[in-house]
Amino acid sequence: MAKISKPRANASRQAPGKSAPNRPPAPARAKPARRRRLAREGNALRPTAPIVPPQSVAGRALTLVVAIMSFLACLTVGAVSVVWDAADAWQNDLVREVTIQIRPVDGIDMAREIDRAVALAQEFPGIGVVRALSDAETRQLLEPWLGGGLDLDALPVPRLIQITLADPGSVDLDQLRTAITGSISGASLDDHSVWTSRLSAMAGTVVLAGFAILALVMASMVLSVVFATQAAMAGNKDVISVLHFVGAEDSFIAREFQRHFLVLGLIGGIAGGACAVVCFVVLDVFSREAEGLASSDQLSALFGSVSVSLPGYLGVLAVVFLVAVLTALTSGLAVKAHLAKGD
Amino acid sequence: MIRFENVGLRYGMGPEILRDLSFEIAPQSFQFLTGPSGAGKTSLIRLLFMSLKPTRGLIRIFNRDLSQIDKQEIPLLRRKIGVVFQDFRLLDHLTTYENIALPLRVVGKEEAEYRADVVELLKWVGLGERMQAMPPVLSGGEKQRAAIARALITRPDVLLADEPTGNVDPPLARRLLRLFIELNKLGTSVVIATHDIALLEQVEARRLVLADGRLSVFD
Repeated sequence: MAKISKPRANASRQAPGKSAPNRPPAPARAKPARRRRLAREGNALRPTAPIVPPQSVAGRALTLVVAIMSFLACLTVGAVSVVWDAADAWQNDLVREVTIQIRPVDGIDMAREIDRAVALAQEFPGIGVVRALSDAETRQLLEPWLGGGLDLDALPVPRLIQITLADPGSVDLDQLRTAITGSISGASLDDHSVWTSRLSAMAGTVVLAGFAILALVMASMVLSVVFATQAAMAGNKDVISVLHFVGAEDSFIAREFQRHFLVLGLIGGIAGGACAVVCFVVLDVFSREAEGLASSDQLSALFGSVSVSLPGYLGVLAVVFLVAVLTALTSGLAVKAHLAKGD
Repeated sequence: MIRFENVGLRYGMGPEILRDLSFEIAPQSFQFLTGPSGAGKTSLIRLLFMSLKPTRGLIRIFNRDLSQIDKQEIPLLRRKIGVVFQDFRLLDHLTTYENIALPLRVVGKEEAEYRADVVELLKWVGLGERMQAMPPVLSGGEKQRAAIARALITRPDVLLADEPTGNVDPPLARRLLRLFIELNKLGTSVVIATHDIALLEQVEARRLVLADGRLSVFD
């Protein structure tokens, strides 16, 4: 067998021998025209495929899990938005309204005391409309408890004066209270502060509970993504090994996985968010159509119109964005942790 | 370029499979690494490639002490070393072209930058007509050439080939050997691990012979 010539050190500029194949191509050595021709030959190639095959990353099942989690998170955001809006509306109404209550006192003319109280209240700055509830309105107010045809003079029924504040900030309620209780017999002032503080506490609790549910849903999703990433890495052990020996850094490998999970998170998030938006719209339509029904009126009394407002829809958008980012970040961190453990 | 001093390797609590290895891979050198099956050739290749850490001894790679090299730096050093594995390690979901371009994608090059180089190299290794073929449909020889092309595309300083002719017929083996020699002439140090006596007889080159975990060097 003929021997091939011995390789020699420092022979880099030697011409190839007769038996040797053509010299190996060197990057950027070819002339520009030849490079252009070679590049044109490569034009027929398919678009470069992803290094980590998409089908090897947990596909439909995880997308469905992410979609369900996003849907639940969006529903929570919607519910919090409805309660928050309702609490806000109640609070605004109550802050803008103050009530004077005059209890009947023996020997005192109730009608005269009412007129005096109305006149006194109107003198204060920042007061808008001062209106004593008429007999008919008082009867209507008591009707659910005492029945119709009530004779107000026969019972010691307290009478109410409704004060609407034009500018709640400029009204000195303490001074008004002192003036009313000091000069009107049997009068007291209710600024609804007990109610507003309770409402604030209730709304705060609902919002906190909403965030807690949101955090739990997101935590479940993150754990699902961690497991899916670990499974994807186990399924792509060969790809990771090849990437390592061609000099890929851990951050490059993490990015390759992250890209798939970002797409998966986006699809799942958008699907879940879209379902939630459909639910909100259906709920809005139903609540409008059911106006006038007893059950609907009770709901309206509690929540006003049961519809998700703009901040609720913006919250859905934020959830979709959060889900996609969280999915990608989690997978990236899981890959890095896995690779670090492997070393 | 790469220097081993009294290097030993054992897996876990098992016996030492490589003992007191001391040798140097000089720049632009050409050597065979040989020895019977199971002598530890692949383990030594893995040590050279930094995918294994020695249990004792000193390894200097590109004038850096391996024990002092930060984990983040290892990929950067690996880019200077091309490896051809016996089982090719081509990615089945990528085309031949994409497999060969992989080391360039890893360093962040855009496809437009490297397309001409990859096409040229593919033609040079005789795979110009198989650019779009997927590895499962390539023959053993084609896979071997694709694996070699992938190792060469970044023009590494050192090329490590583990049984590169193990799956090819003698004429192709000779052609691949010539390819390695040409590469060496262009300045790349080449280490070919093989137990193919016929291949060894074709070239007068330095031989590193592994037997019973010890290495003998025949210049």
